[in-house]
Amino acid sequence: MDLLTNALHDAFAPIAISYVLAAIGLNIHYGYTGLLNFGQAAFAAVGAYGMAVLIVSFDVPLVPALLLALVGAVLLALVMGLPTLRLRADYLAIVTIAVAEIARLIFSTSFKQYFNARDGVQGFTADFRDLNPYGEGAIGFSRNDLWVITVGWLLVALVLAFVFLLMRSPWGRVLKSIREDEDAVRSLGKNVYSYKLQALILGGVIGALGGFVGALGKGSVQPDSFNTDFTFIAFTMLILGGAARVMSPVVGAVLFWFLLTFMDVLLKRITGDGGFVPGWLLNPDQTGNVRFMIVGLVLMLLMIFRPQGIFGDKKELAIDAR
Amino acid sequence: MPADLEKSRGAAAAALADVAHEPGAAKPDPIVVVDNITRQFGGLKAVDVGHLEIQRGVITALIGPNGAGKTTFFNLLTGFDTPDTGERYLNGKSLKRVAAYKVAKLGMVRTFQLTKVLSKLTVLENMRLGATSQLGERFWAGPLAFLWSGQEKANTERARELLRRFKLDAKENDFAGSLSGGQRKLLEMARALMVEPELVMLDEPMAGVNPALKQSLLGHVKSLRDEGMTVLFVEHDMDMVRDISDWVVVMAAGAVIAEGPPHSIMSDQRVIDAYLGAHHDTDISDLDPEEILAEAEAEIEAEKEGNA
Repeated sequence: MDLLTNALHDAFAPIAISYVLAAIGLNIHYGYTGLLNFGQAAFAAVGAYGMAVLIVSFDVPLVPALLLALVGAVLLALVMGLPTLRLRADYLAIVTIAVAEIARLIFSTSFKQYFNARDGVQGFTADFRDLNPYGEGAIGFSRNDLWVITVGWLLVALVLAFVFLLMRSPWGRVLKSIREDEDAVRSLGKNVYSYKLQALILGGVIGALGGFVGALGKGSVQPDSFNTDFTFIAFTMLILGGAARVMSPVVGAVLFWFLLTFMDVLLKRITGDGGFVPGWLLNPDQTGNVRFMIVGLVLMLLMIFRPQGIFGDKKELAIDAR
Repeated sequence: MPADLEKSRGAAAAALADVAHEPGAAKPDPIVVVDNITRQFGGLKAVDVGHLEIQRGVITALIGPNGAGKTTFFNLLTGFDTPDTGERYLNGKSLKRVAAYKVAKLGMVRTFQLTKVLSKLTVLENMRLGATSQLGERFWAGPLAFLWSGQEKANTERARELLRRFKLDAKENDFAGSLSGGQRKLLEMARALMVEPELVMLDEPMAGVNPALKQSLLGHVKSLRDEGMTVLFVEHDMDMVRDISDWVVVMAAGAVIAEGPPHSIMSDQRVIDAYLGAHHDTDISDLDPEEILAEAEAEIEAEKEGNA
């Protein structure tokens, strides 16, 4: 039974929320607008580091620090988008992945007085924790985690409502049209470049919100949390849920974390002492990696038998085949 | 043909009555003026047009053999491609370094030879996208539906009206990607009209459209002119060209080789040589095969002698 509760816990924990937000941002980029942003980790990193460094090194209060960090995400989107969004889609993909790696290397090697290299930044959560209304922890979460989870999921709900409203507006219609054929949109008098930039900024800002939640949950920020895995896992979650559906990043992310933890606990239980799997086949030290293989396999099967994702519309796929 | 339609064609023809039948002829009221436009692709000079004026309020056809540069010329006019040299003007305003979307905003809207419908949007959504100055297309207004719902409703009304005209009203909730090739042509044309352009540029509007629908489309294009729109279209269907165009521009090898009203163009020897062929007016089955053979042999002989 604790197998399930463990998995459920992780599926709703702060780290899962940060991925949910990152995936919602990617949904705007890739799902609705067709922009291949492989640098979502950089947006989360700029959010997390921006908040942490402003609070720790510059004594900025929590709320202004959050706002300034979001401005940082907007600037990052401009840096990525301004030179590339006039070009073909693949150029953006290459630039974003490079920018994300550059950002991570800067955080891990430069400005050590602020970023503190691989050790990262700590001690920025006091203001946030002071606001905690909970007296004690509950349902297996600590008092602190409970507060982060409450705020985090509220934030997710707000962001989803906003995205929902935007995507059924004429603004959202322009984005979806750009995904289908930019030249057609251009021929109707719409400034495609500006819309793509707006989409990149919006999705990036939502990714930075993910960075906030992850950092506040963990109480620290390290560069290694924002390597390329971060982006690709968020992409996986999005595709799992089905791109261009409002709820899909949430369901995809929750399901992904559930599966990952479930596999981890299960593998630990059936290996080592008391398990039935012999040590030469699989020992407990290896389970952390093997679970990724198994989850990967499950995802492959899902994509083969349900390529549109959980929420996707099969009719839309049929159109692609034409 | 209704009497008023006949009349408007008469008016268009009257406006062009004094225009010389030669390439680059000056028109009384040009909406588009092109000067010395060239566009080179590698070693190929795809477009090299000295001077061309398109008269306002009439239907102008652009014809010419495959590879004559008609579509490239379209791209150059609408800002989808940039000329290597030369100038183009819309309503007297230079289009130098004006982005394609701004050209559309200025009132010159085009369709594409290979249709560009937005497959995963419904037919109605495709249409709504065409409407201009939508408040709801601004980021900040997007979530505030009460700001734009009235405008959206009016646009939807107009879209349905156009869809009825183009016989697509039964399809409004289907994905545009599920339409046939001909239906896509119709949708693209209807969508261009949503922009309420001053000048609509149709790249082969009749390709793949069935004969019955073609007839009603011809009527629509004429009614566009009667509403005061200018139409420029590329077409290989000579019946259409003859039937609806007030003026014909002929391109070959990137240059304009002839201009004039349809009847005089159809009998222009240069046009017949470059594009139409000697038997363009006759039904293939009516021709005597032996006669054609004899003619072809004679031509080959003549060429041989010319070479010798």
